[in-house]
Amino acid sequence: MTDDPQQRPLDVRIDSPSREGLTGTARSDVYEPAREPEDVTAPPDHRPMDEQPRWRRDFAIDWPEDHFVARRDFVKFLVLTSGAFVAGQAWIAAQSLVRRRRPPPERAKIAALSALPPGSVRMFAYPEPHDPCLLIRTRDGQLLAYSQKCTHLACAVVQRLDEGILHCPCHEGIFDLATGRNIAGPPPRPLPIIELEVDGDDIFAIGVRERTV
Amino acid sequence: MTAKPERGLTRAQRASVITGVLCFVLILVVIQLWLLTATMNAYLGGDDGVVWPALVASAVCLALNLGLLRYLSRR
Repeated sequence: MTDDPQQRPLDVRIDSPSREGLTGTARSDVYEPAREPEDVTAPPDHRPMDEQPRWRRDFAIDWPEDHFVARRDFVKFLVLTSGAFVAGQAWIAAQSLVRRRRPPPERAKIAALSALPPGSVRMFAYPEPHDPCLLIRTRDGQLLAYSQKCTHLACAVVQRLDEGILHCPCHEGIFDLATGRNIAGPPPRPLPIIELEVDGDDIFAIGVRERTV
Repeated sequence: MTAKPERGLTRAQRASVITGVLCFVLILVVIQLWLLTATMNAYLGGDDGVVWPALVASAVCLALNLGLLRYLSRR
């Protein structure tokens, strides 16, 4: 009978004591114990790691040391990202202050009621010339107005009066025609409502109401 | 009085410390990402009420991250 562990017959039972933790067919005692990563790391000049130049300590030559350094660097990168997020929050806060001091949009005539029969739609720009909006007169005569910019990525929404929706063709976003609420697709918020005022035959836009829900 | 770095930890133990700190920092950064997207959504929806509290919360997360980074630099 030989003492060589390679030559001894293998107990094939998967739960045998000598095969704990193994999935192969070799006995557990044929493996050497795992070495410490400190022992694996061997600089070319074999001097201790404390005496190595900084660049070699930071950018080690083997995987365990490199793994160790990479996690520290990843933490530094995450903290930098954390600072960038705070900068973003500060930018939003600054924009909020600017918006609060901005005067409300002026009242503007956008259409004549007589030129807008039931079941029709007209485009207009409000409050600025580059802010496209939709003025909708439903079949029952109700006047509705929304910003035409989809709240997802600002594509122009298109009315589908028969289906009672406003449709964004870019990413299949759908808004309810009667309320402007986002009911399907990626848009995160309802469409801003353009507040209207009817004075005789004239339709005026008097404000913009943005909403989160 | 400055705290002295702890000696006597093996490389494996220090790697565990770094991994733990990394997990904390990662969680805080994810919270900040959520705060930023939620604040942006609220701001674009016309709600300015959450802007300043979110800024303070994000700054607190950054302060915690900087503290963890300082702790890590002593390991």
